[in-house]
Amino acid sequence: MAKVPTPKLDELEKGPWPSFVTEIKKRADKHAACSDLLGILERSYNEKIGHWKHGGIVGVFGYGGGVIGRYCDLPEDFPGVAHFHTMRVNMPAAWFYTSEAIRTLCDIWEKHGSGLTNMHGSTGDIIFLGCRTEDLEPCFAELAEAGFDLGGSGSDLRTPSCCCGMARCEWACYDTMGFCYEMTQHFQDELHRPAFPYKFKIKAAGCPNDCVASIARADLSVIGNWRDNIQIDAAEVTNYAKAGLDIAADVVNNCPGQCIRWDGKTLTIKDEDCKHCMHCINVMPKALRPGKERGATLLLGSKAPIMEGALLSSVLVPFIEMEEPYDDIKELIEAIWEVWCEDGKNRERVGEFIQRVGMGNFLEAIGLEPDPNMVAHPRENPYVFYNLNEEEESDE
Amino acid sequence: MAEAPAKRITDIGPPHHKKFLPPVILNNYGKWKYHEIPRPGVLLHVGETGDKLWSVRAASPRLIAIDTLRWYADLADKYAGGHLRFTSRNNVEFLVTEEKNVDPLIAELTAAGYPVGGTGNAISNIVHTQGWVHCHSAATDASGIVKCVMDELTPYFTSMKLPGKLRIALACCLNMCGAVHCSDIAILGIHRHAPAIKHDQVKKVCEIPSVVAACPTAAIRPATVEGNASVEVIEENCMYCANCYTVCPAMPLNDPDTDGVSIWVGGKVSNARTEPRFSKLAIPFLPNNPPRWPEVTEVVKKLVELWAADARKYERMGDWIERIGWPRFFKLAGIEFQKQHIDDFKHAGLTFKRSTHIRFDKA
Repeated sequence: MAKVPTPKLDELEKGPWPSFVTEIKKRADKHAACSDLLGILERSYNEKIGHWKHGGIVGVFGYGGGVIGRYCDLPEDFPGVAHFHTMRVNMPAAWFYTSEAIRTLCDIWEKHGSGLTNMHGSTGDIIFLGCRTEDLEPCFAELAEAGFDLGGSGSDLRTPSCCCGMARCEWACYDTMGFCYEMTQHFQDELHRPAFPYKFKIKAAGCPNDCVASIARADLSVIGNWRDNIQIDAAEVTNYAKAGLDIAADVVNNCPGQCIRWDGKTLTIKDEDCKHCMHCINVMPKALRPGKERGATLLLGSKAPIMEGALLSSVLVPFIEMEEPYDDIKELIEAIWEVWCEDGKNRERVGEFIQRVGMGNFLEAIGLEPDPNMVAHPRENPYVFYNLNEEEESDE
Repeated sequence: MAEAPAKRITDIGPPHHKKFLPPVILNNYGKWKYHEIPRPGVLLHVGETGDKLWSVRAASPRLIAIDTLRWYADLADKYAGGHLRFTSRNNVEFLVTEEKNVDPLIAELTAAGYPVGGTGNAISNIVHTQGWVHCHSAATDASGIVKCVMDELTPYFTSMKLPGKLRIALACCLNMCGAVHCSDIAILGIHRHAPAIKHDQVKKVCEIPSVVAACPTAAIRPATVEGNASVEVIEENCMYCANCYTVCPAMPLNDPDTDGVSIWVGGKVSNARTEPRFSKLAIPFLPNNPPRWPEVTEVVKKLVELWAADARKYERMGDWIERIGWPRFFKLAGIEFQKQHIDDFKHAGLTFKRSTHIRFDKA
């Protein structure tokens, strides 16, 4: 247990939702970091302020990222968390594990750290929460022996993540897990050794439902899509209607492309008006399925508010076929990095870089043609740049 | 530092996922036909082969001790052939191929205090951050608020009675790690006080040009203060984002008296029916009140209930507000509209009302 009373935290062991305080207490008698974490957190709850010192630069030899250093500002009172570093461990794609793999990770972390984890960090990594600087190297060595590597941190490619895709979803338009793994392996150097102006994240979603929130949480959002007709099983449509689904109200009226008709017997879709929003497929999974000509839409630039305001990723490539080993996407990513690393400012995300230099100029630099699918609408102001060559200008 | 070992294994990346997939998934990979939700917290996937897979989803506090992970592993061995996974909202899922194992597994999880749910039109887990457990820039705690809010909302986790999905996220500062800027309801830690500058430290621990460049409102400029090369903050231009503190340890903003929580609504990431949307400010400030944060918990519960009572089938929080309009939302929610609600950053004009499409509530 904590070495000091924790009445405020004890309160959070009550109630139906599983308690993080209970989780920390499970380890309190087994590791000083856990008993002192309870103590320092109780202090924070009393004082309404955090007790971690700013930053902390620690890591493992050969890598520039993967470890988040942390030191408490009350080391005399809570020596167990004087060092409380976090190791980010690259998770298997879509977070599938065997019990054996889980136990392997637990055994390694029990030996070298607090035994507390986050399953998982928001970018996807397994988070080993709390160890001392001298634990980092041996823990890393043992992880590597067991086939695990660190994830990303700092101004590098962060750990790519993906939805469960083809492993357990009938809507996956490409192999998200295969793609995620391939990108992670191909760009190991960029992931482990920060060489960018700022962080860069890749997330892979199998369809426009976007179950990894790629459009909001990744600089490169790869979202599965199809470009032919939605597959309709007429018999199953009838079954839904018989079972009481109000197709007119629930499906037809909610279609943003207004492209579905239902005359009480037959469902027809005018696919050239379909926006691929997934709603009808979500409502009638047995009757409707994405088309057969499948691939992905590539979108670029999402980020949180700092500095210039939050951005959602915007369309870069409306449709691309997703075939291993994804050479065309690798080339595109490398072209993006080349331009951004050359001209991006310190701590400027690629989305902000594009805002600054102009999407048109950016497209030119990476060798893509402008496409009306890239914009919500064309510009509303007349402040248009031209780069007429000098010869034309001197004809006046 | 320790000596670098002679033989190092690096750049191996994660283990290949196919090592960890159960046979039923390997046999049906990319060949699933449809799925159903037979009961809250259970997904049934049926392959073209006719194979069936039940996924049992349970709540998780995300911050988990290895003791609990080992117990998950034992449960997976007992009921799911040793196969489990975690979701993108940090729930745990057991991959069950024998239907007879579903109910006993649910019973065991429930008895141990891990509710089963989070499927379909439910409130699933809260995506959240480190808070006072591990982060130096937190304006509030993460795990504590999440626990309090989910204690209130567990009945919505274990059932599927809502009009649509409702996603809640929490970030402990403006860095907005996670999904706060695109959730139906978002809880965000904020400061309300300009940084305190340790002028004798700035030159020693910070790169002054980077500090100046880190300010979104250009409130920071180099200055000599009391003989020290330092920076000054034009306080009326500072909106307490703490980005300067991120690059400069000598400019802390954390303040127990003025830090707190803001509430945001109406974001989404899916493309279903409407395009993805950012969350918008609903409540500029609520106090930090550990350990239970009653003000925050009460507001979130109220917003959920308001939406659940008034929204149409499939209507997400943002879709609902779009339909009824913001003035009615504020009225129904009993939230006072303040000047802080009106955008004043960069392209703020795009968020002003630029039409006479106004609904007057005469009653």
